[in-house]
Amino acid sequence: MSDKIPVTVLTGYLGAGKTTLLNRILSEPHGKKYAVIVNEFGEIGIDNDLIVGADEEVFEMNNGCVCCTVRGDLIRIIDGLLKRKGKFDGILVETTGLADPAPVAQTFFVDETVSGKTALDAVVTVVDAKWLKDRLKDAPEAKNQIAFADVIVLNKTDLVTPDELKDVELRIRAINPFAKIHRTTRSELALENVLSQGAFDLDRILAIEPHFLEGGHHHHDEDVQSFSFSTDQPLEAKTFFAWIDNVSQVQGPNILRAKGILSFKDDPERYVMQGVHMMFEGDHQRDWRDGEKRESRMVFIGRDLNEKALREGFEACIAK
Amino acid sequence: MSEDVIRSVAEIVTPYEAGAHVVACGFLGEEAVFATGEGEIVFASGRKVATHPGAGILEAVCDGEKIYTCGDDGRLAATDAEGLVETLAEVKNKWIDHVALGPDGALAWSSGKTAFVRTKKGERSLEVASTVGGLAFAPKGFRLAVAHYNGVSLWFPNLDAKPDFLEWKGSHLGVVWPQDGKFLVTTMQEPAMHGWRLADNKHMRMSGYPSRVRSMSFSHDGKLLATSGAESVILWPFGTKDGPMGREPGMVAPAREGSRVSCVACHPDKEAVAVGYTDGMVMMVRISDAAEILIRGPEGGEVTALAWHKNGVSLAYGTDEGKAGVLNL
Repeated sequence: MSDKIPVTVLTGYLGAGKTTLLNRILSEPHGKKYAVIVNEFGEIGIDNDLIVGADEEVFEMNNGCVCCTVRGDLIRIIDGLLKRKGKFDGILVETTGLADPAPVAQTFFVDETVSGKTALDAVVTVVDAKWLKDRLKDAPEAKNQIAFADVIVLNKTDLVTPDELKDVELRIRAINPFAKIHRTTRSELALENVLSQGAFDLDRILAIEPHFLEGGHHHHDEDVQSFSFSTDQPLEAKTFFAWIDNVSQVQGPNILRAKGILSFKDDPERYVMQGVHMMFEGDHQRDWRDGEKRESRMVFIGRDLNEKALREGFEACIAK
Repeated sequence: MSEDVIRSVAEIVTPYEAGAHVVACGFLGEEAVFATGEGEIVFASGRKVATHPGAGILEAVCDGEKIYTCGDDGRLAATDAEGLVETLAEVKNKWIDHVALGPDGALAWSSGKTAFVRTKKGERSLEVASTVGGLAFAPKGFRLAVAHYNGVSLWFPNLDAKPDFLEWKGSHLGVVWPQDGKFLVTTMQEPAMHGWRLADNKHMRMSGYPSRVRSMSFSHDGKLLATSGAESVILWPFGTKDGPMGREPGMVAPAREGSRVSCVACHPDKEAVAVGYTDGMVMMVRISDAAEILIRGPEGGEVTALAWHKNGVSLAYGTDEGKAGVLNL
């Protein structure tokens, strides 16, 4: 997996500070070259990198899966970029403010060439601390962008009071308790917090306190929920894959994102997986280390998810 | 694979270093040339011509006198046997994604949603609903097939009429016509192809591939369409009025374990097809009895380009790791 080209997807509602962050990434002396896929030329002017304009052409795959939409332009561009392998260290994809991140993320699962040669490193969502609450009311895309994020850059924090900031963070946490949040002004943050995140290295979900949302300030989002299930007993691989396959088919349209770290019976290796709607992919990641707690955990973020059914299904995968 | 010892001509193949991903190859006069992802035309003599300096070549087609290349620098260039480069078209801040050769020196190319055709008479363009996935001129009549999302537009560039639209949901990428012009076939984003019988626009679904079909080649008589994407070369029967409808495709030249066919090129006048694989192997197979001749062993890299000289005696190949070679039979 290590030789795959990492892809960072930058999302964020209009005016949140996405282009500022992109320019920052490109202009800092990190010694790396990026191929940058943007919506519009003009605002970015860096000579050292490959910049490509994209058209955000979303289309449905003919695979019987209604929610399986991909970005055709991204497949085409990445196909082209792969002919210049070795000329860049990573790919940055900037989406328009109104974009649904699902087709972008699914592109990295669905196309064999794209998924074989590149790996989605992280979805980074820039949000405006002052206006987020309003956007959550009137723009469903803004909520999806948060639900999808691995990293959230909470920008323009200088424009709000400490209490307002805390409140907006709680709103974000209610939608997505698993993403890393970085508070910034003018999108200023160390780039190691944005690049090379290894979203596939999902250790972070193990670090999340499962009851994080249940104690103290209760702040559930009205239509996006997130669940986390864990067990320290090994899972039966066959049962688990049959279950997750069924979950993806039945609840797929409602699953915005899913991630898991899994410990299977009689398997010395840690298994990691992630999914978007009906597309799931997973792989053995590495051996479980001596003394490492062999815990399995799945997290789901989505709409109208049946928590009880998911929990029972997960628990039924525990090896007898 | 049979137990028989496979004949090999690998020892008479001349290897070359193209230095970068070989996007396409061809022959200018008698000399093989390789177009690379690093924007160069690499001649068999060793000469390198930077036709797209600092950029990458996305597609190339060759008519024996010139090789036409389009790139991510937004340029369409023609390079001749002397290495002279001429810029034929240029777009700002965009790629020229595809290029195709037509009759009487006509040339088509596309950038984003716009297809262009240039003839001796001038240049015309056609904007389609979404990004062009592939271009191909009809073998008869001056007509261009423009593949895009949800179908193919058939355009007569010399007429002002609206193009005919062949609809089929999905993203259509490569497009080819058989020599009789009676069918049209596209490769799709899914591991499948789609075809139309043009007499009645009847659909043909050609599926069952384990991976995306990236390479198609009609046999010299148009009776078979050889395709990549599976563990063997899949040969679809054409040449009858129903084409492949209701008929099983043939399969020849199976890959080694774990490998697949990545590239195919039918011989210009014999019933034979050159086959490249994802493990770098190159073979030639006679269609009538599936007899195989090894041209290059599975030495790594994926075969991304194959081209016959029109004399049928020389074959050039190239890989994504920049290895190339020429066989002179």
